[in-house]
Amino acid sequence: MSILIQNGRIIDPVTGLDEKSDILIEGDTIRKVAPNLPVPEQAEIIDAQNCIVTAGLMDMHVHLREPGYEAQEDIESGSLAAAHGGFTAVACMANTNPVVDNAAVVRAILLRAAEAGHCRVYPIGSITKGLEGKELAEIGDMVEAGIKAVSDDGKPVKDSSVMRNGLLYAKALGIPVISHCEDSDLSTGGSMNEGYYSTALGLRGIPAAAEEIMVARDCILAEATGAKLHIAHVSTAGSVRIIREAKARGVCVTCEAAPHHFSLTDENLVGYDTNLKVNPPLRSKSDVEAVIEGLQDGTIDVIASDHAPHTREAKEVEFDYAPFGISGIETELALVVTNLIQPGYLDWMQALKKLSVAPAEILGIPLSGIREGSRADLTVLDPNLERKVDVNLFKSKGKNSPFNGRVLKGWATATIYGGKLTAGKAWNKQHKS
Amino acid sequence: MGKDLLGLEHATAEEIEGILVTAEAMKEVLGRDIKKVPTLRGKSMVCLFYEPSTRTRTSFELAGKYLSMDTVNIAVNTSSVAKGECLIDTGKTIEAMGVDVVVIRHGSAGAPHFLAQNISAAVINAGDGQHEHPTQALLDMFSILEAKGRLDNLEVAVIGDIMYSRVARSNIWGLCKMGATVKVFGPPTLIPPDIEKMGAHVCTTFDEALEGTDVINVLRIQRERQGSALFPSLREYAMLYGVNEKRLQKAKKDVLILHPGPVNRGIEISPEVMESGRAVITEQVTNGVAVRMALLYLLIQGGN
Amino acid sequence: MAVKEKAVIMSSEKLSRSLRRIAHEIIERNSGTDNLVLIGIRSRGVPLATRLANHISQIEGQALPVGILDITLHRDDIDTFQEGKGTESKSHIPFSVEGRRVVLVDDVLYTGRTVRAALDALLDYGRPSEVQLAVLIDRGHREIPIRADYVGKNVPTSRAEVISVKVTEIDGQDRVTIEERVPD
Repeated sequence: MSILIQNGRIIDPVTGLDEKSDILIEGDTIRKVAPNLPVPEQAEIIDAQNCIVTAGLMDMHVHLREPGYEAQEDIESGSLAAAHGGFTAVACMANTNPVVDNAAVVRAILLRAAEAGHCRVYPIGSITKGLEGKELAEIGDMVEAGIKAVSDDGKPVKDSSVMRNGLLYAKALGIPVISHCEDSDLSTGGSMNEGYYSTALGLRGIPAAAEEIMVARDCILAEATGAKLHIAHVSTAGSVRIIREAKARGVCVTCEAAPHHFSLTDENLVGYDTNLKVNPPLRSKSDVEAVIEGLQDGTIDVIASDHAPHTREAKEVEFDYAPFGISGIETELALVVTNLIQPGYLDWMQALKKLSVAPAEILGIPLSGIREGSRADLTVLDPNLERKVDVNLFKSKGKNSPFNGRVLKGWATATIYGGKLTAGKAWNKQHKS
Repeated sequence: MGKDLLGLEHATAEEIEGILVTAEAMKEVLGRDIKKVPTLRGKSMVCLFYEPSTRTRTSFELAGKYLSMDTVNIAVNTSSVAKGECLIDTGKTIEAMGVDVVVIRHGSAGAPHFLAQNISAAVINAGDGQHEHPTQALLDMFSILEAKGRLDNLEVAVIGDIMYSRVARSNIWGLCKMGATVKVFGPPTLIPPDIEKMGAHVCTTFDEALEGTDVINVLRIQRERQGSALFPSLREYAMLYGVNEKRLQKAKKDVLILHPGPVNRGIEISPEVMESGRAVITEQVTNGVAVRMALLYLLIQGGN
Repeated sequence: MAVKEKAVIMSSEKLSRSLRRIAHEIIERNSGTDNLVLIGIRSRGVPLATRLANHISQIEGQALPVGILDITLHRDDIDTFQEGKGTESKSHIPFSVEGRRVVLVDDVLYTGRTVRAALDALLDYGRPSEVQLAVLIDRGHREIPIRADYVGKNVPTSRAEVISVKVTEIDGQDRVTIEERVPD
């Protein structure tokens, strides 16, 4: 079984390659990378004319909800959604039920992901048992089982001494700690960004300080311990500034931004659409500008969706009662193209790096890029394809997207995972003629 | 007018004017021996209250009855909301019974908007969280209009807990649209961020709030707030933010005093001020019925 | 649709003559002005009632109480009413109607629905001993069994026609015309 990708522009952030070429895949391996390759018998053909072919994309922050919350998402639907979003790998958060705080749950997730076979799933273990912020989870055992990082995402680690211990422990095991930065005393009862719009809409605000205080604390702890710290979903100008300063001082800190945090502001909440309720909340215009600046100057290393699927009935309630989260993995790439590449904030190489190489480096996953002999994990995307977001076409069970109905430009047209087409179409030579 | 009245932020000056003018005609009906006109015979209203309220609910109910509507109250026990029917289903059930107007009070901001998007009956916001309470602001404006003869070029000070007050927000929107100047004053912990952008001027001293002021709208302080580090005690609140005779010496002689009720006597307002003749707190209650009659009349008329 | 004037039914002189005559008829029928009150229906019934009262007091040497009745809240057509318009008109009856002889005054009697609403509204103020109706123009086409006790002029019309009554107090001149709607 072989696939030939014809006439695509290869942009590979792993090797730095940017040229027009064909790619021949045999089995799960890239066999040849060269222009004008002959079409082998029985080969499936992907016409990548006017398309970009890149190393398979990775999203290091998704919630697959399994085990425990399968009505919202499961590994099968979530990883299929990832494939349709152009991703060949995801890292999934530990706030499941039971929590990913022991090796057995890690193995179960890996097993289910292998059965599904739509993309690579890297489990993230919790820092503390039951995400309670008190006792460390069996991180070492979970590393043996396959976790690539630890995080209590969804909840902050409130106790600074527990956080410091988590950093020290993770450092010894060579994995990063991903921090959900939120001072829960400042954010309690809040459901949107604190500012003019929370005042006008009468909703309790979550101040920027709630995030920034914890970003600062964790940067200080990372500096003190020398551990690898990754800040999840950076949303405020202050967070970007604190991380920029920490990096300049040589602190081992990286961070990510979610597409909604560079695409939407708190002004969008006028009308109380619960699909816009997300944590950290959509911030002000100046925060969005700062996030984009951080993406440009490299302060923000990674773009990750924080894919948080919810059921329709959970979101079809009063704003205060709705859960936080956006089902984001299927619109992520299009939002990057529409809101970062089209306006010229990032070039293709920069953007694709934040969607593959950067998260892989942070999680310590080796990538070999688009070259002969590499594993065939590839994403084909059409930068000019315009399509209206329709949540009913989502593969994810979570239809909670505030982008529903919006026309976005730049979509994945084919995803190849281990030499297998997991999303998109190919043609057989016989059919084509 | 549109289908619903969800707030005054998006109401126009003409719409507000129309309600206030119609309320005047309704107030005449309230003065009759037989306080009932057949105007809305055969129309029905449900008061759906997710928060306890006697004043507003009774006011709406009587307003409907004086216009010959059939009215029903549903008091939802908020403690059982979690296991009970969700708002969207409750709304659709009520609508299926052929209701023309749903009056909703809810602890969560935006709940009336959510309901209005999902049913075709007219929805009136009778208070949603700390967002808006448009009929209270309308009756406040009507009371000011009665006493002062105009709304434009008046200075109105709203004093107290601005942060958690839907009355304050609706007053700011409404009064600014009608050409009044609105000042707000209260404990710094209870002034919400960027309220200036709504059109209000934030005063830093009581004197600043009183100087040149034509109307003072005193807000009710929620007793439960004192435990949450927002202010130390009711005693200190009365000392620093209570409206009393001594303070009022700095205000205009003919300053008008409003209070949405129910009053914490001796805390946000002294009994002497309440009884001084400058306060029109009971008149506000009467005006509330007239304003709500006007609103029901206009919404139902507009909906056809 | 534009409106085209077809004919003048009443000039200013004719209008005053009619009112004077009605004044005499009211006095005659009620054997004087004892217990008599006039109530004009908003809006053009009001100046007509005032003028009738003036005529009667000139003749009888006794001032008559005049009230104003607004029937907006008593109409039976809210479902087809002009959308979104408020009402600023109020009734103003500064005397008790209990046991009085009430003469309702309006400009045009047509379907009878306005008078029906006015009767409803009036009865909310008390129980008059008798209610009579005076109109300047009766144009026919009744939909309700109501008739006028005093009529200035009977004018046979078609439903397409419009009777326009202008009075000095509101319109700056006294004049009654018959108009017809014509397509533009």
